Amino acid sequence: MLRVTRSIHFSSSLRYWLDDLSEAENLKRFGQQAQQHGHNYELEITVSGQPDPETGMVINLTDLKAVAEREVMARFDHRDLNADTDFFIDRPPTTEHFAQLIFRLLDDALPDGLLDRIRLYATPDLWVDVVRSSP
Amino acid sequence: MILLTARYRFPAAHVLAQPAYSAERNREIYGKCANEAGHGHDYSVEVSVGGPIDADTGQIIAQGLLDDIFEDTIRARYAHRMLNDEQPFGALVPTAENMALVFEELLTEAVSNRSDAHVARVRVVETRRNSAESGEIE
Repeated sequence: MLRVTRSIHFSSSLRYWLDDLSEAENLKRFGQQAQQHGHNYELEITVSGQPDPETGMVINLTDLKAVAEREVMARFDHRDLNADTDFFIDRPPTTEHFAQLIFRLLDDALPDGLLDRIRLYATPDLWVDVVRSSP
Repeated sequence: MILLTARYRFPAAHVLAQPAYSAERNREIYGKCANEAGHGHDYSVEVSVGGPIDADTGQIIAQGLLDDIFEDTIRARYAHRMLNDEQPFGALVPTAENMALVFEELLTEAVSNRSDAHVARVRVVETRRNSAESGEIE
C-alpha cells in the first residue's frame, strides 16, 4: 500500500457564528472566533492504493489537482465561508467541521476508497486530520 | 477518525546523563549531549486530541482550554528551566523519548479532567532532525 500526498493552499474569511443566536450569545459561545477573521489554509490530500503497473501512479496528480481545484479552490479560495457557501448556516466553520466537509467533498469526487486522509492546517500551529475509518 | 493537533513551543535546557552512571560512561553513551553544564533546545510539542465534536461549539476541545492546559501542565513546569532539575527528570533522563512519554501522561490526565476529549498523541520535536512521538501512532 502506498500513500501519495498533494498539497494546496487557499485563503478564506470566516467567523464562528450561528444566525439563531444573538450577537451576545455568539460572542459568549465562540469568543473572539465569533468576530470576522481569516486563515491561510494549507491542505494535504493523501490518497492510497497500488500504483498502476504501466503508469507507475496511484492517481494521475493532474487529475487529483483538477478535483482539488473544483471541489476546494473554486468553493473556498478568497471566499467567505459563512456568506459565500451554504455549508455553515447551522454549524460554525470550526477547523473540525471544515476538515470533515473537505474530506466528504473530495471523497465523493474521487474514485471509491481512494482518499485515505486529509490534513487541514488553519495555522502552522493548528491542524485537523481526518482519516478514513477502517472498514 | 478525526484528530485536532496544536503545536506549542518553549525553550529549555537539559543534560543527557544517567545519574547512576560514571561521567565516562555517560560521555560514551550520549556523546556531546552529556556535557555537564548542559545545552538547550527550542522544543515544539504537538498535542493531538480526539473525541466527539461538541454539538454547541463544533470543536473537539475549546482552543483556549487546550492552550490553558498546556500552559498549566507543561509550560509552567518546564519552560525556561533546566529539565534535569524538574521532576520526574531527576532520575529519568530527559531524552525526547522520555519527554514525550511524560508529557503524554501529564496532558492525558489534565485533558480528561477538564474536557470530553482525550489525548491521542504527543510529539516532542527537539531539533529539525530529532523528534519522538508517544500514543496512538499509525
